[in-house]
Amino acid sequence: MTRRERRSLDVDRYREWKGAYLPYDIVKEATIALGAVLALCLVLTILLSSPDERPSTVQSWARTDPVDFVTTATTELDGSSGTGGYGPPYNHASVGQHIAFIYLQKWLGVSHPVDTARDFVLAPLRSITSQPLLHAAVTAYQSASPAQQAKWSGAYEKGLAKASSTPGGAISVPGSGYGPLPTLMGGLLSFAQSGGLDGALLTNRQFYQTDYTKPLLLMADGGVLSNRAHAEHLLGTQWGMMNETGSYPGQVWLWLYTFWYQIKPFATSDNADILVMAVMGVLSLAFVLVPFIPGVRDIPRWIPLHRLIWRTHYRTLSR
Amino acid sequence: MSVTEERSWTARVRRRAVGALPPEKLLPDRQPSYVASWIYVFGVLSLASLVVLIASGCILATKGPGWWHVTGIGHFFNSIHLWSVELFFFFMVIHLWGKYWMAAWRGGRARVWMTGAVTFLVAVPCALTGYVSQQNFDAQWISTQAKDAMNSVGVGAFFNLLNFGQMYSYHVLLLPLAVVGLVVAHILLVRKHGVVPPFDLRERVSQEPAREPETESD
Repeated sequence: MTRRERRSLDVDRYREWKGAYLPYDIVKEATIALGAVLALCLVLTILLSSPDERPSTVQSWARTDPVDFVTTATTELDGSSGTGGYGPPYNHASVGQHIAFIYLQKWLGVSHPVDTARDFVLAPLRSITSQPLLHAAVTAYQSASPAQQAKWSGAYEKGLAKASSTPGGAISVPGSGYGPLPTLMGGLLSFAQSGGLDGALLTNRQFYQTDYTKPLLLMADGGVLSNRAHAEHLLGTQWGMMNETGSYPGQVWLWLYTFWYQIKPFATSDNADILVMAVMGVLSLAFVLVPFIPGVRDIPRWIPLHRLIWRTHYRTLSR
Repeated sequence: MSVTEERSWTARVRRRAVGALPPEKLLPDRQPSYVASWIYVFGVLSLASLVVLIASGCILATKGPGWWHVTGIGHFFNSIHLWSVELFFFFMVIHLWGKYWMAAWRGGRARVWMTGAVTFLVAVPCALTGYVSQQNFDAQWISTQAKDAMNSVGVGAFFNLLNFGQMYSYHVLLLPLAVVGLVVAHILLVRKHGVVPPFDLRERVSQEPAREPETESD
């Protein structure tokens, strides 16, 4: 018998059941199942509700941790922040992640352009009216050579490491030689604390807004989100993304995806995300193609758990 | 049957549909005697969860994405939505494992397995877009964390987790449509092929060559 004939015989053997049938009410079964699930959802809702932690805002961040806010804003100004050096889809600062010669991040291009200095610092400052000293500081910074700008921001970042905040929400940075940066950052801090920066980061040519890319990128560059996430056990090293605030189960179906980030080489690789996505892509394809993968499709024959599932049927046969 | 009726596209589609799925197969009032295990319940429980999930989602959608943050009744329906999602995945995973151990792709049922597996895979981003559309701290954290994976494979160019409007559209329309379409296809294939029969115990596992399933051509 050829392989094809054997395969055809096997398919025919299980194609249709030729044995006994029993009465069955599919509509009744579906109705009972719906009632049971609805009841279970109601019980879980009444007992456990659902989490709803208020979102962070740039305003709350600037008020509660002004030093972190100004430090982050300075890195946005000199382009050394996470977003500043991210690459596609935000900018061309790097080629992004890759596997061997496959540069998908680069190939798909800069679809959501973000110039961190202009979008997060300079344009919002320019939008503040009736502040001639602030506008003069912005002009002074933009007129300076890149080397001079880097010198100011480098010195200011060192000073910020020793900075402290005042009870009024301002910051005190020891040292000097920062050029116009104290004026720029003081203005930006005040603007953020008033709530103006939250609005400025959403502003575009349209009245209606639904895209929070810029404010979320700015907050993600600082410590405002990660500090809260750490307290809620949501960091990447704590199986972050699949968890949820509180003791709720979250997206437990992402456990395998999150698992790879906990082990080497993924945990220490600069290309961890694309490597994990590649592994999950291959595993997902294998999952769909289980019926065609020798070995994987044969395990149910080798480990006969089906005897447990169909024990009544087999018992009837043995009688 | 008249010649015109024979050539009618509508009549052909009807003949084909009724031929593949006659009413007694589509809504059966009997089932094979071997369908007698609790594991069979998890398929219909997954479907029931999906119904509760969609119904609660529709209620939330009619009031808008901010409603559940400011009203008790809104939070109640959000909780129903959350728990129905959790149950949907829980039941679906047990259903999948059950079907794996039954080798439910046998007898030309590979497409039944494949539509089920793809449904699970599509349901994952469907849930993810829901999590990032919550407009709370969870949404902020999950979106800023998950964006790197999407960006690394270029998907971020058209699936921007930080764009609430885009994610909300994916969550309430595009991905649910895909999930429901796949579930309908899955159920119709199950009804067409029937529940996979038990292994024939006369099979000699160790002596048999590896078998390949056959996708249905009928």
